[in-house]
Amino acid sequence: MSQEILDGLAVIVNEVAGVPVEDVQSDKSFVDDLDIDSLSMVEVVMAAEDKWGVKIPDSEVKNLKTVGDAVAYIAANQ
Amino acid sequence: MSAAITPSVGAPFARILSVGGYKPARVVANAEICERIDSSDEWIRERSGIIERRWAAPDESVADLATNAATVALDRAGIGAEQVGMVLLATVTHPYQTPSASAEVAARIGAVNAAAMDISAACAGFCYGVSLASDMVRGGSARYVVVVGVEKLSDWIDMDDRSTAFLFADGAGAVVIGPSEEPAIGPVVWGSDGDQRDAITMTQSLIDYKHEGGDIFPSLVMQGQQVFRWAVGEMSKACVRALDVAGVDAGDLDAFIPHQANMRITDAMVRALKLPEHVPVARDIAYTGNTSAASIPLAMEAMLESGEAPHGGTALIIGFGAGLVYAAQVVTLP
Repeated sequence: MSQEILDGLAVIVNEVAGVPVEDVQSDKSFVDDLDIDSLSMVEVVMAAEDKWGVKIPDSEVKNLKTVGDAVAYIAANQ
Repeated sequence: MSAAITPSVGAPFARILSVGGYKPARVVANAEICERIDSSDEWIRERSGIIERRWAAPDESVADLATNAATVALDRAGIGAEQVGMVLLATVTHPYQTPSASAEVAARIGAVNAAAMDISAACAGFCYGVSLASDMVRGGSARYVVVVGVEKLSDWIDMDDRSTAFLFADGAGAVVIGPSEEPAIGPVVWGSDGDQRDAITMTQSLIDYKHEGGDIFPSLVMQGQQVFRWAVGEMSKACVRALDVAGVDAGDLDAFIPHQANMRITDAMVRALKLPEHVPVARDIAYTGNTSAASIPLAMEAMLESGEAPHGGTALIIGFGAGLVYAAQVVTLP
């Protein structure tokens, strides 16, 4: 399940910010490793909301530091 | 028994006859903005796409900017000023509660037979004006309408606010809307969400400032991520609806001219819309900044002058901003 979310998230991050799919790994930080800034992060979040039918409020977005954080949040709130 | 009242008779359809813009002379580079905020040319370009913007002179008023743009639009429309039945002026930066800027502009362009009113719909103001003007021409309350979007946002920026100081700019754009035998302005898709009124607002009201004062004159303040999410998510849907009600496919567009809010918003909207790559997209913000109500007509004029979009082509325009409010329609370019 988590692997599916990770794979889907990698595609989204690639589409939004051009980051190679294989670079999007659980331990990677969106900001420090993948160079995703706050506006791109909003786009990633919106695409994830659409894809998995979850709601990720702005107040929660700042807690999603790593790709793994996002995968876990989506899996828990799906 | 009530007397028989003669109804007004309008034109079958309305169209944009001409567009004219005015950009103030003073070019302000990112380096100058960074003298007051902790930022850099690179950061501003990355986060907004803005390379430079124009600011009006201290003695140049909102009405001055608007008059310059309206004069150009009127000249290009090839109609006499006395034929104008209404001047609609969209702005949030005219610094008088009353009288309106539109009445002054009407007088200064020689529109002696025109009614005049200002519209407060922030960055959506121009599209609101286009919709109202179209309805007036079709309803018969005015044969020709001058619609001006104008802002002097430099008066209302906190130059030390690193989230907005680089964004906002000054300018004016105007169109003349008149009768048409063919449909040339599609149905408007518009709305508001006052629950998000704090997303773009003022630091305080002018009355609070009058009574309580403070170090900083009331200035614009914005929740950037909240606005970004709304713009990309909801405005993309509004674009789809505007195309749908006009019966136009995205692939048939000759131009997509969104409000020049931020290049990143434009990029994200294009992605969300899955806009075909051959459709030219307005990116006037790079050298004009975010001029709120003025941004769409300024971008329209720039695309026509550069040849990027063809005269008589089909364009999707959408304005969105403080309120929150928005409006979108498909139009035939002048």
